[in-house]
Amino acid sequence: MDTSNLPTSPSILLENVSFGYGRVPVLENVSLSIQERGLVCFVGPNGGGKTTLLKLILGLLKPESGLVRLFGCPPAESRHRVGYVPQHARYDPLFPATVEEIVQMGCLGKPSESLRSRGAHQIVHEALDEVELSDLAHRPFSDLSGGQRQRVLIARALASQPELLILDEPTSNVDQRAENRLYETLLRLNARMTILLVSHDLGFVSNIVQSVVCVNRRVVHHPTSAITGEMIQEIYGATDLLMVRHDHICSDKGHQHE
Amino acid sequence: MNDFLQALHDLPFVRLSLIVGLLASVAFGMTGAYVVVRRISYLAGAISHCVLGGIGAGLYLERVLGWTWCGPMTGAVVAALAAAIIVGLVSLRAGQREDTVIGAIWVLGMATGLLFLQKTPGFVDPMSYLFGDITLVSHTDLWLVGGLDLLVGGAVWRFFPQFLAICFDEEFARLRGIRVEVYYLLLLCLTALTIVLLVKILGILMVIALLTLPAATANLLARKLWHLMALSVVLCAVFTCGGLACAYVYDLYSGPVIILMAGAVYLLALLVQKFKPVRLESSEQ
Repeated sequence: MDTSNLPTSPSILLENVSFGYGRVPVLENVSLSIQERGLVCFVGPNGGGKTTLLKLILGLLKPESGLVRLFGCPPAESRHRVGYVPQHARYDPLFPATVEEIVQMGCLGKPSESLRSRGAHQIVHEALDEVELSDLAHRPFSDLSGGQRQRVLIARALASQPELLILDEPTSNVDQRAENRLYETLLRLNARMTILLVSHDLGFVSNIVQSVVCVNRRVVHHPTSAITGEMIQEIYGATDLLMVRHDHICSDKGHQHE
Repeated sequence: MNDFLQALHDLPFVRLSLIVGLLASVAFGMTGAYVVVRRISYLAGAISHCVLGGIGAGLYLERVLGWTWCGPMTGAVVAALAAAIIVGLVSLRAGQREDTVIGAIWVLGMATGLLFLQKTPGFVDPMSYLFGDITLVSHTDLWLVGGLDLLVGGAVWRFFPQFLAICFDEEFARLRGIRVEVYYLLLLCLTALTIVLLVKILGILMVIALLTLPAATANLLARKLWHLMALSVVLCAVFTCGGLACAYVYDLYSGPVIILMAGAVYLLALLVQKFKPVRLESSEQ
């Protein structure tokens, strides 16, 4: 049977998901589907539910109602196929570990492979090559700049050989140069994995993503090309800065992929 | 100092306390490193104060109810492990009220112990438990501390990557399929056992200081966790020896002298760190 015409199965699928902390509803009736090899960004104001949505997808929180599927399975069963890159600024700056040791953590949880094995060593160094940090492998994490720390955390996620890469606020606390470099890395990785970004900054999303998921209690999924000023206003209220940066959102890339 | 060397030669109890102190440094340096990098010294404090509850209950059961298999040591071990599991679960589950709940457990353990001691016939001086006395250690303690070193060393060797991962980033470790709760509670139980055996040397009130100060000092220098552990073992040993010698020569309590040394070196190291030229952030490559 020819399977090439069948639609690819979604990496992430949510159906009518609702969640709240106590009596405060955070997400209401969310349905969402993200296709394999997609490059998607969650945007929305602080407190709008972006992090909650992420935690639901990763199975760290259980929905009050509705269905969450990650690669077609309950998240707890399939989340080892996800590489998660948290914000680098939340780490203890004095934590005694080298770049290599931190990237090794990505290899944990594979029962058949010991971290001291040659295979694990190779995976770690390939991941470091991917983010161009091989020469810093033996440096302490505490010595690195913000942009470098972020790349270490991306390498750690890559060491777990993920099919889906999730980055939480990747542009906070890094400078413009590091941000540009991040674009390039993500575009390269997108050739072989689904990428999901979370950002409160629509400007970042602009040039590379194919679609934007606006999260503010409700969830609306748009292709990048379809974003309008009114939509942004609806999500954020009027925020001049973001409105301005919104101007370069409708990139050709956004059109191409949708 | 010559007096101390002479005493080491002539007096078996001085020799024994020194050996126990040195052996204890191994377990202290290793668990202390985790307590410092995982930032759980407050939890360790609560565990050590609950030990008094166990000591009191153990003595009471032994002397009043005639349960001869029970005693202060059994009580202390049971109380420390129970406290480790309770404070561990609280810190994993309680969320934002964590510090209040841990604080309550801290004082409840201590208050229970004092009441048990009061109602135990025959005078029991709480002072020796609160402040400890390394010169009272026995040959049994020597074996117990040696066994503890093997246990802690074995666990650290076996689970080093897992412990490192949960200390650095619990959430990521959980996503990688590591049973974070299990390793975290194991770490706390090892800490609890270390505390129990070392209460005899330093007492409930000060045990926490020798658990955290050498590791915190080492943290200012070491860039890898096992370097930090090795350095804090060495520092622990130096403080214990130095403290014992000083206490013997000037006729002082050994516990407070050891702690003062550890504290002074830590503060000094912090000051040096502060006034040292700032390490330049490495440039983007």
